[in-house]
Amino acid sequence: MLSYSLKRLAIAVPTLLILIVVSFVLMHAAPGGPFTSERELPPEVLANLNAKYGLDQPLWRQIVTYVWGILTEFDFGPSFVYKDRTVNEIIAQGFPVTLTYGILSFLVAVAVGVTLGVVAAIRQNSLLDYLAVGVSIGAQVLPNFVMAPILVLVFTLWLGWLPGGGWQGGQWQYVILPVIALSTSFMASIARITRSSMLETLNLNHIRTARAKGLPERRVILHHALKPAMLPVISYLGPAFVGMITGSVVVDVYFSTGGIGKAFVDSALNRDYAVMMGVTILMGALTILFNLVVDILYGWIDPKIRY
Amino acid sequence: MVHDTQRMQSLAERMAEDEVAGRSLWADARRRFFSNKAAVIGLALLAFVAAFALFGGQFAQWSNEELDYNVMGVVAQEGGPSLANGHYFGVDELGRDLFARTVQGTQVSLLVGLVGALVAVVVGTIYGATAGYVGGRVDAAMMRAVDVLMAIPYMFVLILILVMYGRSMIALFVGLGLISWLEMSRIVRGQTLSLKNREFIEAARATGVSGVTIIRRHIVPNLLGVIAVYATLLVPLMILTESFISFLGLGVQEPLTSLGALISQGASTMAYGTIWQLAFPLLFFCLTLFGFFFVGDGLRDALDPKDR
Amino acid sequence: MPLLEIENLNITFDTGDGTVHAVNDLSLALDRGETLGIVGESGSGKSQTAFAILGLLARNGRATGSIRFDGDEILNAPARTLNRIRAERIAIIFQDPMTSLNPYMRISDQMVEVLTLHQGMGRRAAEAEAVRMLDAVRIPSARERIRLYPHEFSGGMRQRVMIAMSLLCRPDLLIADEPTTALDVTVQAQIMALLQELQGEFGMATMLITHDLGVVAGFCERVTVMYGGRVMERAPTDPLFERPTHPYTRGLLNAVPRLDRADEAMAAIPGNPPNMARPPRGCPFRPRCAFAGEDCAEMPPLSQAGPARQRACHRTAEEVAA
Repeated sequence: MLSYSLKRLAIAVPTLLILIVVSFVLMHAAPGGPFTSERELPPEVLANLNAKYGLDQPLWRQIVTYVWGILTEFDFGPSFVYKDRTVNEIIAQGFPVTLTYGILSFLVAVAVGVTLGVVAAIRQNSLLDYLAVGVSIGAQVLPNFVMAPILVLVFTLWLGWLPGGGWQGGQWQYVILPVIALSTSFMASIARITRSSMLETLNLNHIRTARAKGLPERRVILHHALKPAMLPVISYLGPAFVGMITGSVVVDVYFSTGGIGKAFVDSALNRDYAVMMGVTILMGALTILFNLVVDILYGWIDPKIRY
Repeated sequence: MVHDTQRMQSLAERMAEDEVAGRSLWADARRRFFSNKAAVIGLALLAFVAAFALFGGQFAQWSNEELDYNVMGVVAQEGGPSLANGHYFGVDELGRDLFARTVQGTQVSLLVGLVGALVAVVVGTIYGATAGYVGGRVDAAMMRAVDVLMAIPYMFVLILILVMYGRSMIALFVGLGLISWLEMSRIVRGQTLSLKNREFIEAARATGVSGVTIIRRHIVPNLLGVIAVYATLLVPLMILTESFISFLGLGVQEPLTSLGALISQGASTMAYGTIWQLAFPLLFFCLTLFGFFFVGDGLRDALDPKDR
Repeated sequence: MPLLEIENLNITFDTGDGTVHAVNDLSLALDRGETLGIVGESGSGKSQTAFAILGLLARNGRATGSIRFDGDEILNAPARTLNRIRAERIAIIFQDPMTSLNPYMRISDQMVEVLTLHQGMGRRAAEAEAVRMLDAVRIPSARERIRLYPHEFSGGMRQRVMIAMSLLCRPDLLIADEPTTALDVTVQAQIMALLQELQGEFGMATMLITHDLGVVAGFCERVTVMYGGRVMERAPTDPLFERPTHPYTRGLLNAVPRLDRADEAMAAIPGNPPNMARPPRGCPFRPRCAFAGEDCAEMPPLSQAGPARQRACHRTAEEVAA
């Protein structure tokens, strides 16, 4: 188990380094520097700016400095646009918000999705099953950026029950719509995967053995079927996590929750490469970390791949 | 932005079982496809959306750039869908005809989806077939590279590319192409590996047929089923991705538009009571996605009949 | 009163291709401590009969008729009733030891749950008992290996675990559904010897389901031969082997390699088992039978042919046995 985990870790670390280097090289290979704008700057100003941000150094040196800064001090450098702010400050401001509704959405998607899928599988061809299948098919075409306006239309404009934006320190009224918008499509996918995987599992021989042992159906499902049925769901958690991180950008923009996604889009519109890279690398690191957790979880459930 | 990896796997296994995927396989598949209600509905939806994108412009009373000064400023009251003034879908907040805009947006979205999927098919097939066919260390290295790239939150990188290289259609195609081939190459590689050791491939190799010819003549034809299914499911994913970026205002730029950009505009103005500006683009967005998903699922079920 | 009494059992499955009749009008009885072999090719309905007894048919399966266990009707009984009988009074060993054990649970957990559930034992006592049972099926260093997962055992060892698990509650009836089919030949013999020994030791009635008459010979007192979901012939083992009176039984016996009759050529039965979605009219064996005639388009009744012997064939016993 330990060596398996270490092996996964051995893949995760270089992946992160590659991500940093790739985004760094992308940025430097781009036509025009970060200070290219409509207003032409005098050459000596540009040279000064480049010197200030270390852009006059050879590329390898810049990369080393940058990576070193991240690894030793978790320092993503200064913003290219906001003269007096560092990338760290910008991230630190929005990150807790994103984390809050992100984790909530993730939990909702997994809990509701798995429950729905399992119940649909056990009661196959019942009304509930059809409902679950219908919802999960429908939700395929309702990604977060479609859900968000529809939710606001119904719950804010028509019913007037919930605010259509803002955060207010995370009061519950302000959290509900972002969480629903972000989690719905993933919840539906998890429900669909759980259902089909559970149906398949229930036909396996070892489930028949469990029934032949006289175990109550509840125990057969929870103790014998759930674990193997969860394996495809767990493989899906990695992509789902990436999808949610990505979707958080829409939530931040549409609901003005003040999360990190808004900073990312603003920096994209301002060509603030430093902030974009900082956010990209942070999100990449989170993804890689999460995939590591998923891998270990997978190994924990399936004894055959622990080695 | 998901597809069922397990079911793709099952399809891949099935397609590897048959020797040069024969005529009867495809004939059977066609019969099963057309007896599948959802698939036929999906095909009809796609035909409708395609016809709308191709010929809808001829029915438009207004061009997509023309401003209708009669309704400008009173869009919420006068700009709704109307047969009388020729704005079947109403006008957008600037007074442009939403019917013509939706036609244009559908065209762009379909184009993005198709080109993205095409790049994925070409690059993914070549990469995957090469890795699988060569095998050994080359394969391991090539696939590790794919693993690494897949662990990156691509949307951020895509936006990074779009911002740095200009928000043009070309940059969009390149960016989408860069990320979309990864999963494809994995599937093709797995498929190639299982095909490689089949008798008819070994026979070809024993008679001195070159590697490139074997890939082209024997491996790729046997991959067609998997590729067709995956490409069909990839198109809506590409459309979703593009729409996502356009929704953030980082996608195609005016005067070009896409369904995602139209949804974004509609969503930002719906508080003023101009619901049609959201409803029509959203309708075509959903129809397109449903169409592709149903056809893709139907194709897969037709090629890999399995009771579930 | 027989321990197990099956009367007029019919099992059907609703499939996309129509209704499959897996078992037709089957009746049989089994006394305490008795060993009965049920023999037939795949698709003869023998495994489905076993599943019907324990209520383990697939979702699309329907069973009608009557199955009484110790006097109580258990066919289509509610899960609550069946769960008190399963493992506790009727246990089953399945064909494929590779997949019949739960690959995600330690052997210990899989065995312990049987005892804690049915006998209300504490975990510690249950585990001690499980180890004792693993010893009984000759698993070396059972105390340590009970902590392992199924994939860490070989096929034969897994079947031993399966057997140990089935005997935990000392059931009155053990159903062994092709217990050796998935195993190597040498291991097969070991497992059959073990089963025989355990049967003597625990004294439970045993229903051995197999396609291999050779396996039945040394183990069972009585044999029922099934084909196409129907009983073809039944008899005490020795008379059946000495003088098969049904064409199908004869065909099966000729297909068994025998060392004592080197002169006789071993012969497979020509043709394939019937497609049970579209079974032939009348006797299901008709298309493959060397003795078949016009009258076989009607299913012959199962009639008495000597002491404790029944057969279903229009031809006379003398004609077939000759």
